[in-house]
Amino acid sequence: MSARGPVFAEPWHAQLFALTVHLNEAGHFDWPDWAQAFGATLKRHGLSQDLDGGDDYFNAWLDTLEEFLGARGLAGAGELRRMKAAWEAAWLRTPHGAPVQL
Amino acid sequence: MPHDDPDHPHSLLPSDPALRVRALETVLTRKGLIDPAALDAIIDTYENRIGPRNGARVVARAWCDPGFHAALMEDATAVVSDMGYYGRQGEHMVAVENTEAVHNMVVCTLCSCYPWPLLGIPPTWYKSDAYRARAVREPRKVLAEFGVTLPEATAVRVWDSTAEVRYLVVPQRPAGTEGMDEEALMDLVTRDSMIGTGLAVSP
Repeated sequence: MSARGPVFAEPWHAQLFALTVHLNEAGHFDWPDWAQAFGATLKRHGLSQDLDGGDDYFNAWLDTLEEFLGARGLAGAGELRRMKAAWEAAWLRTPHGAPVQL
Repeated sequence: MPHDDPDHPHSLLPSDPALRVRALETVLTRKGLIDPAALDAIIDTYENRIGPRNGARVVARAWCDPGFHAALMEDATAVVSDMGYYGRQGEHMVAVENTEAVHNMVVCTLCSCYPWPLLGIPPTWYKSDAYRARAVREPRKVLAEFGVTLPEATAVRVWDSTAEVRYLVVPQRPAGTEGMDEEALMDLVTRDSMIGTGLAVSP
């Protein structure tokens, strides 16, 4: 058999993947629409650099999902930004080794 | 920031995209749009349960059983569903068979459409711009980089996956495998051989 690395290189790749699949299955969007939008983002990102299919692939995925959810009124850019800042603050105040909580 | 720095005893800050994903998850969970347990189940499925062994079983059975082979080529979706390989990104499967005359290989030029129920999550190279652009333009060159050199007389046919149709390449059965059963044959069927960037392994 050919050598196989881990299925997902980073935990956030896996989380993002699962999030998208779950939202699709819950009926929030169709997969062909998703593939179309994701393809467009990949194309846009690929203009300035050759995408290697790793981190940059999932960065394009993340951009697409954020735009997608914003356009469908499921999660706005503002609330996502605020929540990200809240998580960042939580990380910075949590001592190493303790669970990080909001 | 090193985590043993006494001036900064806090937890190591995740990367920017990791924090964005975390934020998405929290916002959507609080709105009741997602169930975090379902996310874990999805990840577990793709990390541990679904992978190219599924596809290998389909190929090995097609090699052994002419009736199964005919049914697979006729309507792959129905046949693999009967084996329990159905669901996400496998709703419409098409099997394409390699012969002396034609070698099939699969790409997704749009993004990374791939038959998840049969092969799992695509490898990084399948998602790269390089493969996606070049598989169509210069397939023989790409194949050569994968170590596959085909006879001049063999035509190369490249299939572009879409969100609706996914392809499974049935590689040629290697010579010298006449007496082998399905289980043994499965070990010869690599992931790449089912994408068409490899050949089945000779025993």
